[in-house]
Amino acid sequence: MSLNTAMVEKYRNNFLQEVAGNVEEGDWVKMCMQCGVCAGSCPLGNAWEHTPQKLFMMIRANKRDEVLTSDSMWMCTSCYNCIVRCPRELPITHIMHGLATYAKKLGLAPQSNPTQWFSETFWNNMMKKGRVNELKLGLSLYFKDGFVSGIKESIAHQKLGMNMMKAKRMAPMEIMGGHGVKDLSGLQKMIKKAQDIEAERLEANSK
Amino acid sequence: MTEVVATNQTILVVGAGISGITAAVEAAETGKNVVLVEKRAYMGGRISQLYKYFPKLCFPSCGLEINQRRLSAQGGITVLTMAEVSGVTGAEGDYTATVKISPRYVNENCTACGACADAVEAEFDNDHNYGMDKHKGAYLPYNMAKPERFVIDPRIIGTEDAEKAKAACKYDAIDLDMQEETVEFKAGAIIWATGWTPYDANKIQPYGYDRYDNVITSVEFERMMDKFGPTGGKILRPGDGKEAKDIAFIQCAGSRDRNHLKHCSRICCMASLKQSTYITEQYGAEDEDAKGTIYYIDIRSIDRFEDFYRKVQNDPKISFVKSKVANIIVDKENNPVVKGVDTEGYHRYETKHDLVVLAVGMEPNVTKESFPVEIAINEHGFIEADEANGGIFAAGCASDALDVNRAVQSATAAALRAVQVVNKVAGAEG
Repeated sequence: MSLNTAMVEKYRNNFLQEVAGNVEEGDWVKMCMQCGVCAGSCPLGNAWEHTPQKLFMMIRANKRDEVLTSDSMWMCTSCYNCIVRCPRELPITHIMHGLATYAKKLGLAPQSNPTQWFSETFWNNMMKKGRVNELKLGLSLYFKDGFVSGIKESIAHQKLGMNMMKAKRMAPMEIMGGHGVKDLSGLQKMIKKAQDIEAERLEANSK
Repeated sequence: MTEVVATNQTILVVGAGISGITAAVEAAETGKNVVLVEKRAYMGGRISQLYKYFPKLCFPSCGLEINQRRLSAQGGITVLTMAEVSGVTGAEGDYTATVKISPRYVNENCTACGACADAVEAEFDNDHNYGMDKHKGAYLPYNMAKPERFVIDPRIIGTEDAEKAKAACKYDAIDLDMQEETVEFKAGAIIWATGWTPYDANKIQPYGYDRYDNVITSVEFERMMDKFGPTGGKILRPGDGKEAKDIAFIQCAGSRDRNHLKHCSRICCMASLKQSTYITEQYGAEDEDAKGTIYYIDIRSIDRFEDFYRKVQNDPKISFVKSKVANIIVDKENNPVVKGVDTEGYHRYETKHDLVVLAVGMEPNVTKESFPVEIAINEHGFIEADEANGGIFAAGCASDALDVNRAVQSATAAALRAVQVVNKVAGAEG
């Protein structure tokens, strides 16, 4: 049984409880008083389908699928406007990221969402050497939508690249594999351990 | 020198707003000796700055006058204005209060003729009107001020203006050599009726009260309606002096907000509902441009005022938007534009108004640190009813965010408690 099905089985009709128990800072969702300041304060609010205020109400209304497959929380840029203004001091930004992470773990995150794609690329890139290879990460972003558009992007940003090289902000040799952290296997073990603990926790929660 | 006759059977009432006056009068009417201390130059407190009361929409000046008459008819009440309690020592039944009296520079000869004000040139922000206009260096705080006596602003002392004022007075009422005094007297019980202050709207940055002329507070809006107020009873935009017809009210401006005041200030919903009726009063029901919009989280028409809320809901001029406004910007004509998302349907709005009124919250006037005596205060700054307070009781908004009705009830209760304390003292002394 997948984790998703297990969670559905366990929480049945109480998505709010599921969020409180599994999503980072999810316990705060019940404190929302639906004033709408977060929604109005979000600089990208008009670009999302579901504002934080709406997501919180959907959670309470058991709209599990709609919430977890929503691309809205992936649009959060962590500007923290909502946290600063929330009259009840809900850690809204963190809840957004918590919801996104949870959806990802359940395999429900929208595959087509570019932020989702980028987050994963960033993570994989970082895990290879223990630090982000900026050159490779940048290139993978340029070539995200195929070879031709990648070349076009690269040409368009040629001047920027040259200037960065001149200012020693970009090392072209990093393309060869790049440099890593001192104890790479140690770091990878540490992350693995953390991931195992987290997976065990979710697994136990789902029972 | 000011003489205060007081014993440990005297009740000291601090603050002569509606709560303090009520507590003083109620205690005096049971035959007790009362000293009423007021920081301002006149009695009446915040209600003297209100245009109308909810829910009856009657004038506060009416009730204030009745209470002032009760106060002067009763006797047994010593009123000290421009006075502040700076120290309290002792215990229940035997307190000693130290009161600092600032010089008024005007004695009881004053007939309030106004010749001094005509002679003086310097002008200062008028606190009674929240700085919306100026008063002269010699002034009567407002037209119903009691005691009806002018005040010389200490900032003109030592200037030519002060001499001009003195020369203009035909009654020898101006005494420029008056000094600050400190008096000390006994009291058996103390009632703190130190009242409230509107929350500082400058702190609510997204609403831009500090940046935008046409964003004002509810207390300022109240002053505008007063015929003798800064705008002569007209609703005018401070930015350009034009009539404001499309008016927005923003609820919970500073209240129910952990970044500002945690508590619900309780009165602001009713105050805005009341103020929304001013629009029809000012422009008439036929004026189609005149309208009000109330932005709210939820309407808390306290007490038994649901009827009033329903009445306003049925007013075609007034609309309700369930949303806490996220922020305010201004357009090219300096009109405030309120932005947010409403909770009933999650519609994004960006609405232009002529004037925005922030329904600011209530904060206790006296901070915990500045109380001259050890006293139990809750996290919101209001005085708790606590046995550890001994013979010290809170009345009105010093005890909680209250409307006038509840403040008066609270004042009567405080008076009764104080009376019991001094009765015990009297009993012990035989």
